[in-house]
Amino acid sequence: MATSSSSVFLLTVNGQIEGANFPEYDNLYCKYCYVYGHDWAPTTGLEEGITQITCKSSQSNRLIWNFPLETTFKSTNPFGWPQLVVSVYGPDVFGNDVVRGYGATHIPFTPGQQKRTIPMFVPEPTWRLQKFTGWLLGRRPEYTDPKVVAQGEGREVTRVRSQGFVTVSFNIMTKDMKKMGYDAGPPIPSNTQSATPDS
Amino acid sequence: MQQEVEGSDGDPGETLKRALRAQRQRRKKKLLKQSLVMDTHDDEDAEEVSTIQDYSATSADKTDILVVSAKPPTGSRIGLRTQPFSSSKYLDTLQEKLRAARSKVEKLQQQEASVRPASRLQRLRDRDSVTRFGREQVDPVSAERDEDLSALRSRVKFQEAARRVEEDLPSAEEAYNFFTFNFEFDHPNKSEKLGRKRQKQRETTEEDRGEAEVEGDAEGEDNQDDNVIQREDAPLVRNGEDLFVIDQSLQDFLVTKRTEYVGYQKRLQRDRELLFTPSFRTVPTSVKLPENTKPRFLEDEGLYVGERPHVSLTNENIMENRFLRAEEGKKWFGDDGKIMALPDPIKESSTRPPLFHMEGDLDPALQTVYRKALMSKYADPEGDYQLDVDISGLIFSHHPLFSREHVLAARLALLYDQYLIRQHNNLTGHLSEKLNGLRNALRNMMTAHSEQGVVQALHQRVSEYSFEVRNTRQLRDEEQEKDRTLLKNMIKVWKEIKALREFQKFTNTHYKLYLRRENVDRASDERKYEEEILTEVLELEAESEGEYQKKLAEYHKQLDEWKLWRKKQKAIKKKKKKRKKGLAQDDTEEDDQDMKGSESEGPFEEGPLKPEPPEKPDLGSIEQQVREKASRIRRKAGEAILNPELSTSGSITATELCPRAEIARREDVLRRSLFIKILYNDKEVSRTGSCFLNADFRVHFGQIFNLKILNCPQSIILQVFEETGSSCSLLAQVFGPVPDPSVVTGSAPIEKFEFSSNQRVMFDHEGVGSDVPISFEPDGSNKVILLTSGQLWCCVSWGVGEANTPLAPPASQQPGGVRRCLGHLDAVTCIGASGLYDMKKINEWATQSRLDPNDPKNASIMQLLQVASSGEVTAPEYFRLEHLQEEFNFVTKEEMEKSKRFCLLTLRNQEVSEFRNYKFVPAFESEISDKVLQEYEKRIKEAEIIDTKEHLDPHRALVTKYLQKKQESVINRHILAKHHYQLSELVVEEEIPHIGILGINLFKLTEPKRPLKPQRNERKKVTTQNLSDGDIKLLINVIRAHDIPIRKPQSNKPPGQFSQSATQGSDWCLSQVQVRPFVEVSFQRTVLQTTTADGPNPSWNEELQLPFSAPNGDYSTTSLQSVKDEVFINIFDEVVYEIGTNTKERGSSIHMQIEKHWLGSVKIPFSTIFSQSKIDGAFKVNTPAVLLGYSKELGSYSVYDNFRKPSEGTFIRLFITVEPQLVPGESIREKFESQEDEQLLQASEAFERDAAQGYPDRPCITTVIDLNGKTVFITRFIRPLKPPQEFLDAFPNNHQEATTLVARFVSLIPSLPDQVSFSGTCDLWSTCDQFLTLLAGDEEEHAVLLCNYFLYLGKKAWLIIGTAIPEGPTAYVLTHEPSGYFIWNPTCGQCYERDDPFCPLQTVGCLVNSDNVWFNVQQKTSPLNISLDITKSNLWKPFFSRFSHPGLFSVQPEELVYRHADKAAAVELQDRIEKILKEKIMNWRPRNPTRWNRYCNTILKQFLPKLELSRGQEVTEGHRHELQSLLGDYRIVGFPLHMAFSEIQPIVEVVYSTGVHSIQSSNVEFALAVYVHPYPNNVLSVWVYLASLTNM
Repeated sequence: MATSSSSVFLLTVNGQIEGANFPEYDNLYCKYCYVYGHDWAPTTGLEEGITQITCKSSQSNRLIWNFPLETTFKSTNPFGWPQLVVSVYGPDVFGNDVVRGYGATHIPFTPGQQKRTIPMFVPEPTWRLQKFTGWLLGRRPEYTDPKVVAQGEGREVTRVRSQGFVTVSFNIMTKDMKKMGYDAGPPIPSNTQSATPDS
Repeated sequence: MQQEVEGSDGDPGETLKRALRAQRQRRKKKLLKQSLVMDTHDDEDAEEVSTIQDYSATSADKTDILVVSAKPPTGSRIGLRTQPFSSSKYLDTLQEKLRAARSKVEKLQQQEASVRPASRLQRLRDRDSVTRFGREQVDPVSAERDEDLSALRSRVKFQEAARRVEEDLPSAEEAYNFFTFNFEFDHPNKSEKLGRKRQKQRETTEEDRGEAEVEGDAEGEDNQDDNVIQREDAPLVRNGEDLFVIDQSLQDFLVTKRTEYVGYQKRLQRDRELLFTPSFRTVPTSVKLPENTKPRFLEDEGLYVGERPHVSLTNENIMENRFLRAEEGKKWFGDDGKIMALPDPIKESSTRPPLFHMEGDLDPALQTVYRKALMSKYADPEGDYQLDVDISGLIFSHHPLFSREHVLAARLALLYDQYLIRQHNNLTGHLSEKLNGLRNALRNMMTAHSEQGVVQALHQRVSEYSFEVRNTRQLRDEEQEKDRTLLKNMIKVWKEIKALREFQKFTNTHYKLYLRRENVDRASDERKYEEEILTEVLELEAESEGEYQKKLAEYHKQLDEWKLWRKKQKAIKKKKKKRKKGLAQDDTEEDDQDMKGSESEGPFEEGPLKPEPPEKPDLGSIEQQVREKASRIRRKAGEAILNPELSTSGSITATELCPRAEIARREDVLRRSLFIKILYNDKEVSRTGSCFLNADFRVHFGQIFNLKILNCPQSIILQVFEETGSSCSLLAQVFGPVPDPSVVTGSAPIEKFEFSSNQRVMFDHEGVGSDVPISFEPDGSNKVILLTSGQLWCCVSWGVGEANTPLAPPASQQPGGVRRCLGHLDAVTCIGASGLYDMKKINEWATQSRLDPNDPKNASIMQLLQVASSGEVTAPEYFRLEHLQEEFNFVTKEEMEKSKRFCLLTLRNQEVSEFRNYKFVPAFESEISDKVLQEYEKRIKEAEIIDTKEHLDPHRALVTKYLQKKQESVINRHILAKHHYQLSELVVEEEIPHIGILGINLFKLTEPKRPLKPQRNERKKVTTQNLSDGDIKLLINVIRAHDIPIRKPQSNKPPGQFSQSATQGSDWCLSQVQVRPFVEVSFQRTVLQTTTADGPNPSWNEELQLPFSAPNGDYSTTSLQSVKDEVFINIFDEVVYEIGTNTKERGSSIHMQIEKHWLGSVKIPFSTIFSQSKIDGAFKVNTPAVLLGYSKELGSYSVYDNFRKPSEGTFIRLFITVEPQLVPGESIREKFESQEDEQLLQASEAFERDAAQGYPDRPCITTVIDLNGKTVFITRFIRPLKPPQEFLDAFPNNHQEATTLVARFVSLIPSLPDQVSFSGTCDLWSTCDQFLTLLAGDEEEHAVLLCNYFLYLGKKAWLIIGTAIPEGPTAYVLTHEPSGYFIWNPTCGQCYERDDPFCPLQTVGCLVNSDNVWFNVQQKTSPLNISLDITKSNLWKPFFSRFSHPGLFSVQPEELVYRHADKAAAVELQDRIEKILKEKIMNWRPRNPTRWNRYCNTILKQFLPKLELSRGQEVTEGHRHELQSLLGDYRIVGFPLHMAFSEIQPIVEVVYSTGVHSIQSSNVEFALAVYVHPYPNNVLSVWVYLASLTNM
């Protein structure tokens, strides 16, 4: 349907899923995917990916993936700006793979280097008993589609529990955005005046 | 020793190493021999051993060098070998000796060095290369080696060597050494072994060695052997005992004791002392409150008490018990005896930070940047501010250490201060002068007044003056009185002091009061006094006179008024009296009036009695009063003026002379010291040094603090601390004022700030304490309580800079209100409480104090001010919800609507079907092609104009439009509902396993692993969103078929024919049943076929995979559900003909022609497969009524004919599914509005829920959704309705016929699954009239209509809600007739007996009639196995059982109106269909000419009406014969097709699927006949007779 002549702008996402902070869990891996609107299409790069399993080091509590992201999107319309959806999985006590967190963040729209810390959460079981059986059988509630977390719709029926953070760093490049009248400008250099002790 | 080794180490290390190794090896052996004796001494031993040993090695090697130095070690080595020692004392001596030896060696070394410096260098180099000798890398030049260090290294070396012992073989030299040493060594050992025990032996060797060393070191080259042995004995004898003690003490020091056991009881007791377990019993309220107080319940008193947070009672009790245990535990309890609690501890706003930033993860914009500290610009010398706090001193007006005398003295001093101040101010003098002046003025005026006439103005002034005089006089009197009492008090206090001093016999204070007497001239003084009194009296008289006059005048006035009133009253009374028939009661009346008078005008009546008397007694009394007052407040005339003078010249009694208590007090005083902390803005900035308290309770600090400040001053607090010994306590806080910028150091006076503290202090000595009642009276009465108090003398001012500029911040820089600190911020303190009502004042104040209008604290004030400020802000009279909206409208609405892009976006957002998944809405308006929207607009327009031309039937066109609209509305509704999610849609969650499942799972364990009858496994369901073309496949497993028609033996052929094909005849005679069926499946124009099987009951068991592609590549659930494609499963007979009987090649080759003859078909809509995910079962094959050349005779099964009922038709068993399994769209869950009773609805919900729980596989419906989207009870749909009259008339006598006719009529109404029409959103039920108008409907509509007709026909009929093959959940009709129960399939008009095994109905969920719904609660679901007697409530659970039937009226119309069959239209349609089909068939055969046999056409056409009449019943053989006879030589294959008419397309599809057109034979001819039979209401039955004729 899209005409080839139509003008588009490009958004290149470079970056990496740096790591996560899940104080209680170890041996986690992360899946990522993008959610974007109708007017968006990926042109190059992987839309979905899965990281290696990583363990914590003895010193630090952080899980490091350093998993590269590299995708270019083209779009005609900033509506439906892509979001990165990450979901973290790892074994539970019995070795079953269970979900450890879902999270989403919009791809930053200002060009340059950005860092995002995504708070993660998991859906809660409806009943206590389910919580127990889920724990026992290693089948915790999961979203039917991780992309749900990038939407507002339908979320009101779920209850979630927060669960750690995932840090993602982005290097954003845009092309032709200004040409199309969207000015996402670079961030104003942090010229913050150090607050004088007295006013 | 280290150096020595180095020194002697002339050779490169190799030989040395070897020597060492050998030596070590030797020693090792020896050590082993000595067993473990030395274990405990390892460390020390090793040290010694290795050092010495190394040395010895070198010495052994290099005998040429330094023989002198080499010798002593050999001596020592003997000792060494004899080994261990443990005494450290001994070690010390040894070390000393070693040192001595070392120094000696050093000397030698120096000698050597001086001799051979070059070689030494060489050696150094060599040493560097030697790496294995770690110890040798020690700097050899360094003078003194720490023994420990080298020892440590050598030890390491030793251990290393010991490891190697086994590997290395000793050289001859070493061997020699070994043996010599051995000998030396063994000798003493052996001798000792004889008489001594082990321990002792060890000692000996130690001793021995020590001795040896001493020997060696001291004496050098002594030859030792014998010497040592001799010496060895001596020390043993001498001090052996002493030394041994230590070793023996191993056991001596260890005291063996029984393990200490503490008895359980004891331990419990001990625990009890330490541990406390709060009980959780309720604590009685009395314990929790202070004694003798009753609990007070604020709530009962009507005060608001917030709701306490919920704490469980047990926890509360525990806590209470815990508190009570603690010190001051009671303070936790409120008045009501409960733990004090805030109403709601939960904060309203969350305190959780939005994001937890790990280190370094902060937003770069927010990250703090390190900047080097630099001087603030306020801090540079020009701009810095300095606040000077000058604390000069402290004077206690009361201190706990005051003695009684001090208290009095302080009081005296205070009074004296007051006196001095008064004296200084001299108010009395001022007032007296003023009074005199006033009097003079008044007098002057009076004289002037008397001379001139009375002038109003003057009179006024006189009265003003006299008023002023009176006031001044009163003031003066007061002041005089004060002076007088002050003087009196001073004298009194002084007297008390004197008395006290006398009483206690010592003095504590310096105070002395002198009263200077100033004599006055008695006469003049008296005169003055008298004069004064006289004038005063005169004045008073005049005043009282004036007052009296005034009163009199008033009185007169009022009297007049009263009289007037009285008259009136009388008149009224009289009138009354007259009215009351003249009851002569004058007296009472008078009384009444009097009473009234006194009541109402009492004050006026009293007036007249007084005027005369006051004058005279007044004069006397006035004078008396004046005199009395004068004597009270003034000194007496002629009395000397007393001028008190307080001096501190008095002497204090020396401490020694005082009683003990006083001494204690004085000592205490001396211990005290004070200091002051300065808190600036609540931060301590400085403090004074601590100064001791003087005996006169004054502290002089005299310190000035310069505070360099950056922050604006908010508060300056001076805290007075008192130190006693090491403890210090805060006495008081003094709030210093923040000075005005004008107040600068130098000009600011020192002010005193009073302070006091309410500490309670008591002493056992003379000190009176603080907050303790004391009395100065001997009897102890008149107690006073004194609090520690005093004055702090200090001064806060701004510093002065160099250029004499105040170092104060400019006034503007200070934030408003700060300058005058707190008071200014508070409106009440600033303008007073009354000022609050004065808007102007507030306004003024607000501007003055520069209130921050944004401060929420000031919100109310600002609002008030706004309102007050002269109506500038007038509240609007209307209310606007979004009054700022307009500002955000950057484009007008019209422009917005014009924008194509916006339009496109909106439509997409609304999910309009065309744009639902529109990708890439162009960024610019110009890039949007007009077409995009045009199409949509066109469609919108079309919706209104109904184009009838394109359709075959105008009515159908209308219906289609209507359906479309309906569909749209339902879809819209669905779209809305789709955005309401349920948890199960978003979250995958394990179901709670219940006991039943657990049981089943357990049971499953016992199941055989490989069951004899395998069942299909459940597959994983796949959501449809991630699919693309080619991912979905349709699997069709064709298993087998029953009762396929067989070819007819052509026995009844005409004889000529027979002879011609004799071979053929014999062929089929041999193989009795000649049918070779195969199955062809076509779906979405893909055709696959099975292999060919034999016989009428073939078994293929083949799986066919058909690809599936969704329309437009949209694999969403809704899109898949609306797929209208159908799966055609056709059964063909493969017929092989021999053709081209070419005589030439006869015998050598045979030309065969394969023809496929259509036998029947099954069609299954894809939507059914999709919604059911799998279809498994036997399907009735739709066979044509007549199949030319085939018969349905049962073949070889004749044996069972008696037992078997001839089943009607052919059946094929299929298994169909979609791979991967798709999740079917769920029906709408949205709760539809309803006009039903809410209670009933709930009951129905419960009923359905129960049913679903108990029997999950049985459909149960009590409510349905009608076409308007409202929930309606299913029973409302059942109502007897009259079928078209024609059917009743057709067979007036044959009831059975009418029934079948009706069933046929119903089945002729085209069926359109709801899933297709409404995208699977929901099941809508239309009423019968709607159904007949729409002429399309689901099974339910058919069933309802059929059921209603049956009811009208007088049958007992029910609706069966159940599942069937292939429809899935469906509705059938059940009738009860005398012959039994019959099940009707409404969509095809078929009737089955209850026990018919081929009945497609598989499950019976519930039965419905107009009265009730019965749910099947029997074990079985199949109609074969269940009882259909609904009266048995244990088998059928009725819905309306609990409450009587509510009598729901039906939603069906009372009567259906039928339109008569339109024959003309039918004929027209018939022609059109025929034309279209002929065109199509020709199109399908593009390569071959299609010839039509017209003759045959007409014959066939004649047959069709007959078929219609017989309702598709098998026409007898006659039909075929007739045809055969008519057409003679042709081999005819053909069949009539029958279908309900909805559209032309399905007809074409069916014709295509039969494959008649695919006959390739060149001499084939075709025949086609179409017949459309009209039924009432435009229900059309279409017949297509299709035949191929092959000329033989």
